[in-house]
Amino acid sequence: MWRWLHPYAKPEATYRLVEKLLPWFAALTFISLAVGVIWGLAFAPADYQQGDSYRIIFLHVPAAIFSMGAYAGMAIMGGIALIWQIKTAEWSIPAIAPVGAALTVVALLTGAIWGKPMWGTWWVWDARLTSELILLFLYIGVMALYFAFDDARTGAKAAAILSLVGVINLPIIHYSVEWWNTLHQGATITKFERPSIATSMLIPLLICLAGFLFLTISLVMMRLKNEILRHELGRPWAQQELEKN
Amino acid sequence: MPFDSFQDFIIMGGYGLYVWLSFFLSFVVIALVALETAIARKSLRKKSQQLQNRQQRLAKRQRSVSQ
Amino acid sequence: MINASMRQVWLAVLKRDLRIAARRRSDALNPLLFLLMVVTLFPLGVGPGPDILARIAPGIIWVAALLASLLGLERLFKDDFQDGTLEQLCLLPQPLAFTTTAKVMAHWLLTGLPLVILSPLLALLLSLPMQGWWALALSLLLGTPALSALGAIGAALTLQVQRGSSLISLILIPLFIPLLIFATAAVENASMGLAVHGQLAILAAISVLTITLSPLAIAAGIKMSVN
Repeated sequence: MWRWLHPYAKPEATYRLVEKLLPWFAALTFISLAVGVIWGLAFAPADYQQGDSYRIIFLHVPAAIFSMGAYAGMAIMGGIALIWQIKTAEWSIPAIAPVGAALTVVALLTGAIWGKPMWGTWWVWDARLTSELILLFLYIGVMALYFAFDDARTGAKAAAILSLVGVINLPIIHYSVEWWNTLHQGATITKFERPSIATSMLIPLLICLAGFLFLTISLVMMRLKNEILRHELGRPWAQQELEKN
Repeated sequence: MPFDSFQDFIIMGGYGLYVWLSFFLSFVVIALVALETAIARKSLRKKSQQLQNRQQRLAKRQRSVSQ
Repeated sequence: MINASMRQVWLAVLKRDLRIAARRRSDALNPLLFLLMVVTLFPLGVGPGPDILARIAPGIIWVAALLASLLGLERLFKDDFQDGTLEQLCLLPQPLAFTTTAKVMAHWLLTGLPLVILSPLLALLLSLPMQGWWALALSLLLGTPALSALGAIGAALTLQVQRGSSLISLILIPLFIPLLIFATAAVENASMGLAVHGQLAILAAISVLTITLSPLAIAAGIKMSVN
């Protein structure tokens, strides 16, 4: 495995690999999101309780899941960067963080908009929305720390350490917020928690989940290409690459 | 098919505003990230050209000095 | 594993930090005065009714304590970084992760412990019921070590940043949330006369976890900046 991975510690090799894979992921993103969203919006049956408003689930749940997934991925990259000092792993942190933050914003927006018809207000301190908001703060912290350094390498290392600290804290934060919510629960009932979901709704949801996974990967790859070029700007291959199009 | 007509599909059983607003805003957020990435690439190209120009100027000056 | 020389180094670092603090008393005193003033602002802001004050007292005191703990953090490693002491600590045969715990301990003794001692006064000001007093003091005693440990992570990561204090707050506040939740729940339960062992046990568990794992992050952050 190590012998297979080692060439990709070289930035140019990673760049070529990403360049080769990106069109495939982009195509998969468009296909699966188009199929999933159209199926979810137009063909999935309406919910017997929430009517058509539940269709926001096709964005909210995938965005929420991959906002956390992206954080986990960022922390794994941070660990790799700290242990093996692989440059491309360091650079992937500023590539992942904005994407994860954007997914978190999507989850928050869709959650708030969904809450309006369900709870009557745009914002409730629901356990999931609250932990999603805290996740956004964690992303903002990582990004702010990265950009605070003049030297990008030190910034990436600091961000890597912080993302590891955050990923250990994330489950603690998540469960404490959940516990806090049950403690202070008034009249609101969590509508996102459904015991089971009908197959006719589950299939488009799974397609949307796959779509968001590919979307996350594609966006991260796009940004990673930029990050690699930014750090290799003095090298001939990067200059040729930038002149190509 | 849960909707009888296109009109029905837009109205979404009265929840049209919420459903379409959330889809629109999500699209905007994701598009902004993609756009920012594209702009960053463009500025990188400019920076690379500046760097190359400077290197060429330096090389020329060195040549004229050595002659 | 901990032998005589390690103990000596640890105590030397601790004593040094305490001595420096004793020479600059205002640094240690300012966060406490800040806390006292923030707590004073609340009755002025929401009205002096004892009912509402007692209800929000645990939250006010803990939020104020969190903010106060952020105040002096920027200086925690920076002075040592600038005068080269931190470099010396890195070069010691004793692991850096171990020696930094002495600095964290000194920070707690200077900021956390006074808070615990001050807490009855704060409870009095906010008319917290008598049963809540000891729970407040206990929650602070169990929670503030974790605040110091997490704060040291923030201070270590922002060593090279010019004006790091706002950045430190941005990084740390989300990490403080579990402590806030369980500590305030414990005080609320206590002031209503309910059992608080569970919340205090979780608070202690979070503290132990933070204190054991944070030295690794602190040491990694310092090494990143010193080299």
